[in-house]
Amino acid sequence: MQGLLKLTWLEIKIFAREPMGLVGSIAIPVVTFLLLGRAMGGRGAAGPSDSVEFVRVTLPVLAAILIALSTVLSLITIVSIYREGGILKRLRATPLRPHTILTAHVLVKLFMTAVTLVVLVAAGKRYYPVGLYLPVLSFTLALLLSTLAILSVGFLVASVVPTARFAQPIGAAIFYPMVALSGLFFPIASLSPPLQALAHVMPLTYAVSLLRGILTGDPWSAHLVDVVGLAVVFLVCTALSSRVFRWE
Amino acid sequence: MSVSARAVIRVAGIRRTYGRVVAVDEVSFEVNQGEIFGLIGPNGAGKTTTMECVEGLRRPDRGDISVLSLDPFRDVYALQQRIGVQLQAAQLQKRIKVWEAVDLWASLYQTPVNGAALLEQLGLTDKRDAWFMTLSGGQKQRLFIALALVNDPEVVFLDELTTGLDPQARRAIWDLVRGIRERGKTVFLTTHLMEEAERLCDRVAIIDHGRIIDIDTPAGLVSRHCPERTVILTTADQAADGCFRAIPDVQSVERHETRFTIRGQGDDLVTDVIQCLSENRIKVTDFRTVIPTLEDVFLRLTGHSIRD
Repeated sequence: MQGLLKLTWLEIKIFAREPMGLVGSIAIPVVTFLLLGRAMGGRGAAGPSDSVEFVRVTLPVLAAILIALSTVLSLITIVSIYREGGILKRLRATPLRPHTILTAHVLVKLFMTAVTLVVLVAAGKRYYPVGLYLPVLSFTLALLLSTLAILSVGFLVASVVPTARFAQPIGAAIFYPMVALSGLFFPIASLSPPLQALAHVMPLTYAVSLLRGILTGDPWSAHLVDVVGLAVVFLVCTALSSRVFRWE
Repeated sequence: MSVSARAVIRVAGIRRTYGRVVAVDEVSFEVNQGEIFGLIGPNGAGKTTTMECVEGLRRPDRGDISVLSLDPFRDVYALQQRIGVQLQAAQLQKRIKVWEAVDLWASLYQTPVNGAALLEQLGLTDKRDAWFMTLSGGQKQRLFIALALVNDPEVVFLDELTTGLDPQARRAIWDLVRGIRERGKTVFLTTHLMEEAERLCDRVAIIDHGRIIDIDTPAGLVSRHCPERTVILTTADQAADGCFRAIPDVQSVERHETRFTIRGQGDDLVTDVIQCLSENRIKVTDFRTVIPTLEDVFLRLTGHSIRD
């Protein structure tokens, strides 16, 4: 346990020392969110209710999903860099348990997600043109669950990507199409049957449904399917990656 | 040097394959308490695979290994407390500071040594706040040695420790390794540098194509496999030729004007030649010996040079 906390804190410090580390993971999503919000909100104040809906619900969900994806992509990258450099192997030759080493990286990513979210909410309160209804505790929980599920998929990808150079593009190629099919922009029902089937096995679909529901004031009981879906993805992917994970 | 006969590492008949490639086969050896034991051979001979099996990082397909009377696979966590490991070609996080690495490692063991004293010992005190990526090759290797020593281990594993270092840094590392032995620890190292093995190791095992060919002290290997000795000297003495030929161990004497090349077998040859010079009052203006090295032993045993 002490090893886990120490390693997690150390990895946070190391991440913060990377030139693009903090900027990439915090500033870019926050700035994108604010710019989009202002652009749409400016019209939304007097415009059609669609854009109010966009600013109030779609945009926060999109921002949350993008934060989750950027942390997952950076997890995939860092795991493959560590594997290629033999850092994973070196850590594994110490009394650190293998799952401790990997858990530390997940904790670092969750920490980054939390920091980004806090900055986002603070910036949103100050600059956001439209009042935002945000049930902080529920939304955080929903985002945590979504992030864990997406992270577990990310870990599965990280377990098998051949080299660090391919990690980021392969991860992006897997995750970004998911955003398009997740029901965030078009209703799932409007997709062709094969794409609908695909959408129903993607964790992002459940994450979007849950996050949107929580933002629009649904109770958790209305989204049990989403919670179970995310939990199943998490358990299956974690179990699979613990079998296929390569240390070197 | 005091080497007691207690074996701290016993390896019996291990075999390890990767797919259809047999990396090591029928490998057996023992490493004694307090010695520097070297596994030597060319790249790809099976040195690292063997060492990683002993460290518990890889499981052999068959064969038995015990380290400090523990099974490296079953008792890996108990064993890790008592051994120190430096891995070949394994890096650290680019932006980890030297002291952070030592501090993290120290926190993982039950009986850590003082980190600051360790850095001092390895000449890294000035670099304690430096990022790993800014260290030179020699400094990185010294840091890896520090990490391998942080738990005050009984056995230290060093895999290709000086590969890629310049000769000066290499010598400094050799001194550090001798220092580890002087503190009563056992060192198990691998190297493809014959000079390193010759200067550093008490005993060496020669490995090639996954099999151990022979095990002995470097001097023992040389005298068993390459007993030929050569003395090259220069003298104007006309009677010298006959005197040299009369020495029992001498097999051939070549003469080129005043220069003689005397070849023979066995460690006594050099002494016999010197004795002959002194008894016959032969004046020499130059005298040197050519004695085979581990490199020659390797060539003779395997039929190929270690650099091939």
